[in-house]
Amino acid sequence: MKRIFTCVVCPNGCEIEAEYEGNRVLSVAGNLCPKGRDYVTQELVDPRRTIATSVRVTGGTMPLASVRLTKAIPKNRIFDAMREIGRITLEAPISIGDVVIPNLLGLGSDVIVTKNIPKA
Amino acid sequence: MTHVQAIVVGGGPAGLAAALRLREKGIEDILILERETLAGGILRQCIHDGFGLTRFGESLSGPEYAQRFIDRVAQEGIRCVADTTVLDISSDKTVTAVSRKRGLMQFQADAVLLTMGCRERTRGALAVPGTRPSGIYTAGVAQNYINLQNIMVGRETVIMGSGDIGLIMARRLTLEGAHVKGVYEVLPYPSGLPRNIEQCLNDYGIPLYLSHTVTEIRGRERLESVVVAQCDERFEPIAGTEEEIPCDTLILSVGLIPENELSLAAGVALDARTRGAFVDEHCQTNVPGVFAAGNVLHVHDLVDFVSLEAEQMAESAAEYLNAGSLPACCLEVKAGADIGHVIPQRISGTRDFTLSLRVRKPMRNVTLVLAQKDRTVKRVRLRKALPAEMIQLTVRKADLCEDADLEVYVE
Ligand code: SF4
Repeated sequence: MKRIFTCVVCPNGCEIEAEYEGNRVLSVAGNLCPKGRDYVTQELVDPRRTIATSVRVTGGTMPLASVRLTKAIPKNRIFDAMREIGRITLEAPISIGDVVIPNLLGLGSDVIVTKNIPKA
Repeated sequence: MTHVQAIVVGGGPAGLAAALRLREKGIEDILILERETLAGGILRQCIHDGFGLTRFGESLSGPEYAQRFIDRVAQEGIRCVADTTVLDISSDKTVTAVSRKRGLMQFQADAVLLTMGCRERTRGALAVPGTRPSGIYTAGVAQNYINLQNIMVGRETVIMGSGDIGLIMARRLTLEGAHVKGVYEVLPYPSGLPRNIEQCLNDYGIPLYLSHTVTEIRGRERLESVVVAQCDERFEPIAGTEEEIPCDTLILSVGLIPENELSLAAGVALDARTRGAFVDEHCQTNVPGVFAAGNVLHVHDLVDFVSLEAEQMAESAAEYLNAGSLPACCLEVKAGADIGHVIPQRISGTRDFTLSLRVRKPMRNVTLVLAQKDRTVKRVRLRKALPAEMIQLTVRKADLCEDADLEVYVE
């Protein structure tokens, strides 16, 4: 089978022409670096993405703290992850890197804060 | 009037990076003037990741990327005055600003670094006919509401234009439970980066309609529907292809415009193609001692390159401050066949330099040529060249001949 993938690993967004059989990659062309091949392999077996969203904050100078995942999770768990993160409310002060949920849904990725919010 | 060596207008990614590099180059007296309450510019609301891959080798969110610079500015003791709007810059580098706390302020600067960024094109600029209901936002405004203020903008959404912020917002709205019915782009190719088409639209099954536009807006108080239609090569709607799409929200992502009102006041000449200043290889405008970099100069697709450009500008500004002037730049760089624009527009010919440019249309397997008279200075083979992706070309002084203008074109 042949398919064109757009690698999302870096902003180059290489268009990779891949030949594969089932989950096995036979050949790739068009990737500017070896990560492109890994990306295609991962896409065939278990596509993963990171997400970023916000959580409510009480007592801070801002009503929301932005958060992100430290590692990509399976694409089909993204909405489960959103629901889980949506339950959280933090209390100021909070700092970049604070872990909000360790090992989110057992998927091996942490939810971390990406914004400093001091007490109001 | 207070004397300041270097005033940086705008504390976004370009301004912060510029101020830091000025300090590294030994400039002591630096003042950043920022309109918002906090520094960081547009990055404050860009909570998605993907920033800093080039610079830091990791994928950061916008606020994290900005904070690294904000922290260093604080460590260096560089003055950053927030909540302060610059009202005027004169050609003799008098900067007039106002803040609620301090009232009207005037500074005499030796160098002014313009880093005001860009703003979004609005519905008014597009002249979409129809009523004027609520529920119509530019992508950046919707992003501000959702990511900074916790205000959800709507449920049933149509996106007009495929700029990167619109694509990012298509994903963001979907994650927040809204239904994005489609992205309608008037051009026959997407305006945003391929990776954003993939990870913001394709990942979530959001359709992208190329050569389509919104022809009418309907609704009284709140938006009720939009009419979309297919377009021909001249971007005219094709009769009979109209379709009414019920929706309560329309997001516009139809282009960014460098914010240059202050530059014009200072007598800075603008390039009609970039809508930013004409600059030389030092990022110096036609007004000596006034420099520009980042999105105020030309709209970038990656913040990493904004920081880099701002740092290069700051190095030149420091040299200008220390030496009193910079080497003259008399050679013109012209945008030739299939090139939308090129920065800088003038070079000295006596130093290495980097050109930043965009092509006019998507192309595959083409050669980018930089020529001087009939002599080829540099040729680069490109597998793909997209208007969405800024292309950079480094040129060595050794490859140039003395005094002829340059032209960059696609062969
Ligand atoms: S293949 Fe390498 S260079 Fe190309 S987009 Fe993927 S990570 Fe980036």
